[in-house]
Amino acid sequence: MESMEIAEKLQNHFSEEVLDICDFHGQVGVVVKRERIVDILRWLRDSPEIKMDHLMDLCGVDNKKRQGKNLLRLEVVYNLYSIPLRHSIRIRAQVPENDAAIDTVTTLWCGAEWPERECFDLVGISFTGHPDMRRILLPDDWVGHPLRKEYPLKGREEWSGLEELKHKVVQLQEFGLSDGILRTKEGQTQTKGNEES
Amino acid sequence: MTRPITKTVEVPVADGDGERYTLKMGPQHPATHGVLRVDLELDGETIIKCSPQVGYLHRGFDKIAENRTYAQSLILTDRLDYIAAMANNVGYCVAVEKLLDVSVPLRAKYIRTIVCEMSRIASHLLWLATHALDIGAMTVFLYCFREREVMLDLFEELCGARLTFSYPRIGGVRQDVTRNFIDVLQRFVAEFPMHIEEYETLIDTNRIWLKRTVGIGVLSATEALELGLTGACLRGSGVDYDIRKHRPYDAYDLVDFEVPISDDGDIYARYRCRMEELRQSARIIQQCIDQLPPGPIISEDAPDLVMPLQGQRKVEAGSSTYGTGLIRLLEEKGEFPVGDIYVSTEVPKGELGFYFISDGSGRPYRMHMRSPSFIHIGALPALAEGSMIADLIANIGTLDVVLGECDR
Repeated sequence: MESMEIAEKLQNHFSEEVLDICDFHGQVGVVVKRERIVDILRWLRDSPEIKMDHLMDLCGVDNKKRQGKNLLRLEVVYNLYSIPLRHSIRIRAQVPENDAAIDTVTTLWCGAEWPERECFDLVGISFTGHPDMRRILLPDDWVGHPLRKEYPLKGREEWSGLEELKHKVVQLQEFGLSDGILRTKEGQTQTKGNEES
Repeated sequence: MTRPITKTVEVPVADGDGERYTLKMGPQHPATHGVLRVDLELDGETIIKCSPQVGYLHRGFDKIAENRTYAQSLILTDRLDYIAAMANNVGYCVAVEKLLDVSVPLRAKYIRTIVCEMSRIASHLLWLATHALDIGAMTVFLYCFREREVMLDLFEELCGARLTFSYPRIGGVRQDVTRNFIDVLQRFVAEFPMHIEEYETLIDTNRIWLKRTVGIGVLSATEALELGLTGACLRGSGVDYDIRKHRPYDAYDLVDFEVPISDDGDIYARYRCRMEELRQSARIIQQCIDQLPPGPIISEDAPDLVMPLQGQRKVEAGSSTYGTGLIRLLEEKGEFPVGDIYVSTEVPKGELGFYFISDGSGRPYRMHMRSPSFIHIGALPALAEGSMIADLIANIGTLDVVLGECDR
C-alpha cells in the first residue's frame, strides 16, 4: 500500500488526532497529537492491511528553530515499517515544552525501551509508564539535555563528577594503580583513551 | 519490570543457597567486546537480572553533526562501527544522497557494493573469531584473521587506511579501483568459499561448540521483532528482512544473491546465517567484478569534501584550486531541500538508519542514527535472564555488538 493511502486511512480513523500530513521524497510523515499515540501505533501495528510490525527508529526532536505549522516545542518521531507488506510511514507526535511527557510504546515493542531512554537523556522528553526511566548515555548526575537547541556545543564548565574522579586518582596512586586507568599530566587529569575514541 | 515478552525465567537447578548477589562485569572485561558493563544479579550461577550499562564511549555525534555540513559529517561515521567502517560510510552517503537528490554513477554504485560486501566479510570474520574465542575455540581466531588481513590490505591499497576509511563520497567514491585491487580480490573471492569450509570443519559439528550454542539464547520470530533486532539476529529467528532486498540501494538490485534464514532462533542458527552470508558476500563481489562498467566514479553535482578530481569535475572560473564543491557547500544558500527523511542500509550488524531533518541551511537540523548495536544490547536482558552466567558470554557474542556504534 502506498504510504499516502495509509496516512489517509489513519486520518479517517483518528480524525481528531491527526494534525497534518507531509510528503517529502516519497516518504510520508503524519503529525499527530500526543494523547492517543499508543492507540494510533497499536492500530497501525495490528490492522491486517497495514501491519507495521517493525519499529525502525524512535527519536526525539527539538522544534525550537524549526519552521512549520502545527508544531509544538518537542516532537517524538516513530519510523515504522511493515516487513510482510513492505511499506513504511512516519508518525510525529507533538509534545509541549511545559509538560514534556508522552506515553511509552514499550507495551507494543519492548525494544523501544532503550530508544526512549535515549530520547529522555538527550532531548528531555519523559515517557509515562516506562519501566526504567533513567539516563542511558550520559552520567546520571548530568545537567541538561544536549540535543535541545539552547544547549551549547561546547560548555564552559567541567562535568561535576570530575572532582570525585580526580580524588579517586589520588587514592589509587597510593597503591600504584593509577597508571592503567588515569594519567595526570601537567596538573590536568585526562581519561586515557578519550582522544583515540 | 513489566516486560511484555514473558520469557519464563525458571531457575533450572538451585545451585546457589538462594542468596542473591550482584556482579559487575566490565567495562574492562575482554568478552564484552569493548567498554560494556553488565550488572548481574545472580543466584549461584544463574542470572536473575541482567542490566547492561552503556555510554562509556559517548561522543555526541548527533550534536556534532548538527554543527557541521553534510560532507564534513562523513568522517564521524567511520568512528561508529569501526569493524566495518566502510559499510557505515556508504550508509551515510546513501542517506544524504536521497536527501539532496544526488544521482550516483553506475560504476561508483558497483564499487560501493564491492566495498560494502568486503567490509561484511571483514566484520563477520572478526565476529566469528572473537565469538569462537569467547566460547573456547582458539584456532578459529587465527584462521579468520588470516583472511581478514587480506581484506584490510585491499582496503589500504584502495584508500590508504586500514580502519577508518572515509572512502565513499556523497555522490560516488573518492578514487577508482586499480587493476591490482581487482586481481587480488578476484583471487580471494575464488578461494574464499574453501576457507569458509575450513572454519566449518573446525566448529560446525564440534561437540563443545554445539553444546554451547544449540538451544541457547532462543528467540522466537515475534520476540525478535518486538525487541527490534535486525540483521542476522532477526533472520536467525526466521524473519525474512534484509534491507538489501526490501529497499535496495547501490547495485544490490542488479546482482543475484540469497538471504539465508533459519527458523531455530538460537545461537547456532545465527551462526549458520552469518556463515551463509559470507558465502553470499563472495558471490556478490564476484558478480560486481564481472559486471563493473566503465565510466565516472563521482557525480557532477556531488558536494565534495576536499579537492575535486582534476579533469573530471567542473571548476568554475574565479574559484580557488580547492574546488567548487567545498565552497558551494559552505555557502549554504538555498540549494538544500526542507524536509525529513529516514534511510537505512544493511550493515554487517543489522539495520543502520539515518534520520535527517533538513531546514535548508546546509547543515542537518537534526540527525539521528539508528545503530543496530544499541538496540541489540538493549535486547541482552531478554536473552540472558534465566540462563547461566557462562552463556552470557555466548549471548553477547551472538548479538555481534560494537560499542563505538552503540554509544555514538
